[in-house]
This record gives sequence, C-alpha cells and structure tokens, in this order.
Amino acid sequence: MAFLEIKGLKKQFGNTKVLHGIDFSMEKGEVVAVIGSSGGGKTTFLRCLNFLEMANEGTISIEDGFYFDAGKVYSPAEIRDMRLKLGMVFQSFNLFPQYNALENVYIPLQLRSKEKIKASIPFGKARREAINAAQIENKAKAMDLLVDVGLSDKAENYPCQLSGGQQQRVAIARALAQEPSILCFDEPTSALDPELTGEVLRVIKELKDKGRTMLVVTHEMEFARNVADRVIFFADGVIEEQGTPEEVFGNPKSPKTAAFVK
Amino acid sequence: MDLGTITLKLLDGFGVTCLLFLLTLVLSLPLGLIISFGSMSKFKPLSLTVRTFVWIIRGTPLMLQLFVVFYVPGMLFDVRLFSGDNGRFLAALVAFVINYACYFSEIFRGGIQSIPRGQYEAAQVLGMTSKETFFNVILMQVVKRILAPISNEVITLVKDTSLARVIAVAEIFFINEMDFLSRGLVWPLFYIAVFFLIFVGALTLFFGWCEKKLSYYKV
Repeated sequence: MAFLEIKGLKKQFGNTKVLHGIDFSMEKGEVVAVIGSSGGGKTTFLRCLNFLEMANEGTISIEDGFYFDAGKVYSPAEIRDMRLKLGMVFQSFNLFPQYNALENVYIPLQLRSKEKIKASIPFGKARREAINAAQIENKAKAMDLLVDVGLSDKAENYPCQLSGGQQQRVAIARALAQEPSILCFDEPTSALDPELTGEVLRVIKELKDKGRTMLVVTHEMEFARNVADRVIFFADGVIEEQGTPEEVFGNPKSPKTAAFVK
Repeated sequence: MDLGTITLKLLDGFGVTCLLFLLTLVLSLPLGLIISFGSMSKFKPLSLTVRTFVWIIRGTPLMLQLFVVFYVPGMLFDVRLFSGDNGRFLAALVAFVINYACYFSEIFRGGIQSIPRGQYEAAQVLGMTSKETFFNVILMQVVKRILAPISNEVITLVKDTSLARVIAVAEIFFINEMDFLSRGLVWPLFYIAVFFLIFVGALTLFFGWCEKKLSYYKV
C-alpha cells in the first residue's frame, strides 16, 4: 500500500462529470505537482481529497490515517477527523480577517485542544488550567511556524496589513500547525502578483527539503519542473499522463500533454 | 407650570420609552438571529414558514401589530393576557420584539450570506465544527458588515416606541397628552424632540465608537 492511495475516484455536479475515476498514489515525502488546463478537474480532485466536495464513487486511504469509501455514510465528526490528516492551502489564502497572523495559526489549534480537554476533564479549575497551559503551548507552536515561514516580525499584524505573499505564508503556517500527513495546495500563487510568487514558492521548496509530503496544483511550470518529484497532467477529468518532470515536460507521450506543456 | 416641572414629568414618560427601547433591543437581536437561521434553513417547510412570517410582519403596519397583540387574544379566546399598565407595556414589548426581530433577521441573513465561501472552507479544513466556525470565524465578520444597517434600525426603533401610545402605554407622548396637551399646553409637544435628539445623538456616538473599534480589520 502506498502512503496515499486513491482508487476509482468519481465526482459529478448534476449531470456534469468532472472526475472520471481517478487512480492515484503517492509515497511519503514525495512532492507531486498537478498541472492541466482549467476545467480539467484538478481543483475538484484536491477538494475531494479534503472532503470539501464529497466524491460520488471511489476510495481514499492514508497510511495510519483513514480509509474512506464514497459508498459509505460518515458522520460530520468522522469527516472532520479524516480532513485533519490533510492540510489545505487555498488560492485566495482565506485567512480570518479579524485575527492577526499569530491568532490565525493558533486559534484553530486551541479549539482542538479545548475539545480534547473538555472531553477528558468535565469541569472546574483543573480544566481551566489545562486550557491555559494548552494556550501557551499552542501559541509557542504557532510562533515557531511563523518563524519557519519567515514572518516572526509580522505575528501581530492583521491580514489586511500583509502582502498577498505574506498572507499565503501565514496560511501555510496555519495548515502546517495541524500536522497533516499530506499538505495540499490549490494554485497557491495564482492570486499573487508575479513579484510575490517567489517567496511562497521558496517556502514550499523549503518544506520539500524538510521531507514534507505535498500535493500542489499549480500553473507555475517552472516550479513543477524544478521542485516536484513527479508531475501529473489532468485533462477532461482523467490523469492523462504522469511521470518525472523530465518525462512529462521533455518527452510527453500524450498529444494533449504535449500541446499543454509546449 | 415651569420648564423644570414639565421636563421632569416628560422624563418620566421618556423613561418608559427608553425601557421599551432597551428591552426590545436586548430581546429582538438574539431572536432575529434565530429567525435568520430559520429563513436560511435547508429544510424547506421551515424556511418557507419563517419567510412567510417575516413577510407578514414586515408587510403590515407596526401600529396594526400593536392592536393585534393587545386586543386579539381577548377577542378570539376571551382571555385578558395584558391587563393594567404593566400589561399594556408587555403587549407593546411583544409587538416591538416580533417586529424588530424580523427586520434584524433580514439584516443578519444578508450579512451571513455575504461572507465568502472560502472562510467556511478554511475553517472546515482546520477541523472546526460548524458551531465553532460560526462563533469563531463568521460572527465577527458579520457584525462588522451589518453595523451600519443595524444602527439605522436601532435609531428607527427609538422613535418607533412612540407608537406604543396607541395602546395607551405611558411613554413620553402619552404623558404629554394626558398632562399638558389636554390642558391646552402645546409647546411641550415640540419640546419632546429635544429628548429624542439627545438620545439618538448618544447612540450615534456609540455606533461611531463601535465602528472605530472594528476598523482594525477589513472584511
């Protein structure tokens, strides 16, 4: 079994079939770039993985994580647990505007800590103390992550005071805070000015060097070529072609791929 | 009668006005939120019922609603729900709360639905429950977006309270009529404007302060 294994993933919206049975697997530590023209299904693929869309058919499994079968019914709590095994960075950052950078990273963490504490300690002073201790710990963890993405001096800044590139780096720190097995990116630089894409791509590159498993939907061909271990090309709801960047860019087998990468 | 006596007497009435205003506000804001959830419900029979109710309340005069709340229980079921001065006040409060809750619910609905999908999705992938998402992510953004329309409604409410006069609630206009107008003293009627202007002035300052407090982020 591969680290992430997807079999026969299908998704349709009304009568429009978007994914026609995707089979895909990746190994731990691998960085996979997903390319393809708009409407090819790559974003839907990523959203199905994060359960932002529910696949109609197929299975998704992560080693030591979960086994999801689209034919079964899951409770919201079960979906939530599965979701946390994957991290997601959005094209439009989606930071919470009323929280500063540090709060954006630590508040989701703190909510999870609170939930765990409340389940184990029913009430009283011990519970309050545990929650306070968790808060200190989570804040420290969030701060470390902001340092990692080079934003320690912006911890107190609100999203509206940050550039797009900085916002996206906060969003990456926020996703990392959940310690996901796989970090997914949905066109992380598409909403950025060209001069700001570099800083985000650099962070992703650093994460690769630290051995993170990542799945990156991108239009940055340079990035796919230089950073990804493997490139998959999506067209019309199927994986048209996949291979090392050298294979896909240098010697594409499918005419569709050739037309896209030329 | 000198200005001091008249002012004190009118202040009595204005106290009732303020009490009606405050209680209506405190009760109709949360009720409005609940109604907005009802009107956004995916369960069609519920959302349809709630929307019809909102249509009826917003579509009929508040004065008529005051009469309905005050008289109809007695006419239909022969029960006197609202008797005495306190009863009249309570009837007015019920009518105001229902009326304003419906208006607020539409403001809330507009505010909640204007929050981008991405905010919900970001909260979801970070493992928040829908309750956590609403209270930790959505609510503060909604508050900021709806502050201006809410302040409008609140200011309207201050002045709408004078409608309670039609079921003889002892608010400022009623007091004026009983004590001064009926004795041929006309000018206190216009003097009442001062009370409202001062109160609304204070509210305007308060909402300005709120807006400033929330200006540290953009939604």
